[in-house]
Amino acid sequence: MTLKYISTLVGAVAMAGSLLIGSTAAAEETKVGFIYVGPIGDFGWTNRHDIGRHAVQEEFGDKVKTGFVESVKEGPDSERVIRQMAADGYKLIFTTSFGFMNPTLKVAKQFPDVKFEHATGYKRADNVSTYSSRFYEGRYVVGKIAGKMTKTNIIGYVGSFPIPEVVRGINAMTLAARSINPDVKVKVAWVSTWYDPGKEGDAAKALIDAGADVILQHTDSPAPLQVAESRGVWAVGQASDMAKFAPKSQLTAIVDNWNGYYIARTKAVMNGTWKSEDTWGGFKAGMVELAPFNKAIPSDVVELANATRKGIEDGTILPFAGPFNKQDGSVGAADGTSLDDGTLLGMNWYVEGVEGSLPK
Amino acid sequence: MSGFDWITPVILTVITAATPLVFAGIGELITEKSGVLNLGVEGMMLVGAVSGFITATVTGNYFLAVAAAALAGAIMAFLFGILTLSLMANQVATGLALTLFGVGLSALMGQNFVGQPVAALAKLDIPGLSDLPFIGPILFGQDGLVYLSFVMAIVVSWFLYKTKAGLILRAVGDSHDAAHSIGYSVIGIRYLAVMFGGAMSGIGGAYLSLAYTPMWAENMTAGRGWIALALIVFATWKPGLVVVGAYMFGGITILQLHAQAAGLNVPSQVLSMLPYLATVFVLVLISKDQSRIRKHAPACIGKIFHPAA
Repeated sequence: MTLKYISTLVGAVAMAGSLLIGSTAAAEETKVGFIYVGPIGDFGWTNRHDIGRHAVQEEFGDKVKTGFVESVKEGPDSERVIRQMAADGYKLIFTTSFGFMNPTLKVAKQFPDVKFEHATGYKRADNVSTYSSRFYEGRYVVGKIAGKMTKTNIIGYVGSFPIPEVVRGINAMTLAARSINPDVKVKVAWVSTWYDPGKEGDAAKALIDAGADVILQHTDSPAPLQVAESRGVWAVGQASDMAKFAPKSQLTAIVDNWNGYYIARTKAVMNGTWKSEDTWGGFKAGMVELAPFNKAIPSDVVELANATRKGIEDGTILPFAGPFNKQDGSVGAADGTSLDDGTLLGMNWYVEGVEGSLPK
Repeated sequence: MSGFDWITPVILTVITAATPLVFAGIGELITEKSGVLNLGVEGMMLVGAVSGFITATVTGNYFLAVAAAALAGAIMAFLFGILTLSLMANQVATGLALTLFGVGLSALMGQNFVGQPVAALAKLDIPGLSDLPFIGPILFGQDGLVYLSFVMAIVVSWFLYKTKAGLILRAVGDSHDAAHSIGYSVIGIRYLAVMFGGAMSGIGGAYLSLAYTPMWAENMTAGRGWIALALIVFATWKPGLVVVGAYMFGGITILQLHAQAAGLNVPSQVLSMLPYLATVFVLVLISKDQSRIRKHAPACIGKIFHPAA
């Protein structure tokens, strides 16, 4: 009850802030709003979106006014925050977390003139686009490295919530690792949060105690990398280059880059050419990048990683190409086929090699 | 690998998870025992976390860092005291405001420190003792704050129930009018109690930013201040039970992560919910027996004291 009250108050205070920003905006400015699930100082997911917001502001200068509300709880409460932004004259609103999906659509119905962009979701409307990165392409490259670097043949994965986006990453990494090292097993610890440094670190400790010597994460703080560094195992950074937190341990990091997309969509709104569409870009679109490789990675592994990345970019390597099995032994994809985007977007099963059962 | 090798690492992880809760819980316990409800624990922890982190980064001195965290928490609590004790503002609303203020203030203070690592607080290392199998790392291999958390719990327990000052504090919390009529400075005592609570919350926050996950990130307490508040009710205002509760909360969280890593097919959501389920369960139990609550709960909690009345 109290927590709920607090989040409401936080929302209200943040809103007051955005209203204040709004009232100073001149009439001809295009107002572009961002709804963040975490704090902009999380050094991960939200931080990268906010860097995208800065890029928009820099690109268009006086012609655009950007605003944001951070640490918005997913679920019903976010609806109020989004609606307030729409009512406040924002012409383009990016809602940057999966859990904002239904609230975004609900508000979009009430504000047909405002354009909405929802990250990582799958529901669209005339004024709601969806966009996401093919993070799994990065995971696939990382899987090749992890499969080569592990000595215990156990890779640990700190998961946030068992949604398709996260499951897809686990599967892509597992397929890649096992393609070069069939003995690899992947252990997953779900923490039921996107951001709780303490808990994320604890999950990494649990995985290392269970034998993992490479730690991947799909949560937003660098805590798992710190744990990996102090325990002397490998890790992969998430969303930002986190090498500062694990100079010895970070193999690489999967870095999000939203700048180009945000600038293009803002331009489309200003020109009146904005259309509802679904964008799902990976390495090729520049939406996924890899941080510099750790010097400790042997050169043949670096070559393998670079070749894999190039293959994904030019389409000769498809991360979800068969043949491979699901965890239960049934066929995931047959030889000569590859999973289509629809299947990837709804992925709710593990591939062979992942241990434990997927929480429903 | 023998069957019980996993126990030591699990216990070590539980200790780090529980220590911030022990600090914040013990501090708030004293505050509440004096009859003041300060819901600003989360905010005080965050300001303590960032103050400790900044001091450690700038000076490299961890003793100073912990002292700065305690001071920062106490200053936050002092602000709360001015509003609720001197100006007689509503304690619940002021406490909530203190948390909101703390979230924002800590983010502002830490702006230039996001994304910077700091060395973790050193752990005790006694040659021989710390290397003992099983108990060595647990008993003799912790950082100083873990030992301090136990010392504080014992000191607070002794203070409350074995000293005259503790008796006065409890008297102020149970009946401020009676305490006032026999000449005790209710407001002064409450200021001290509130500031002690703030200092402990600050140290609890610093444990997060210096030892648990040695870094500063906005909102890094992630709700632990609220858990600490729940702990006090859970513990029916008894210091020993606050420690037990903190370790139980930490323990269940860690055990469920280890169960997952071990591949046990337990739904993680059920396990995540267990600590809170346990709190509700205890609340039901203690509310069945009102005398147990009345015996330890401060009767004047949350009530504003008007000296003239």
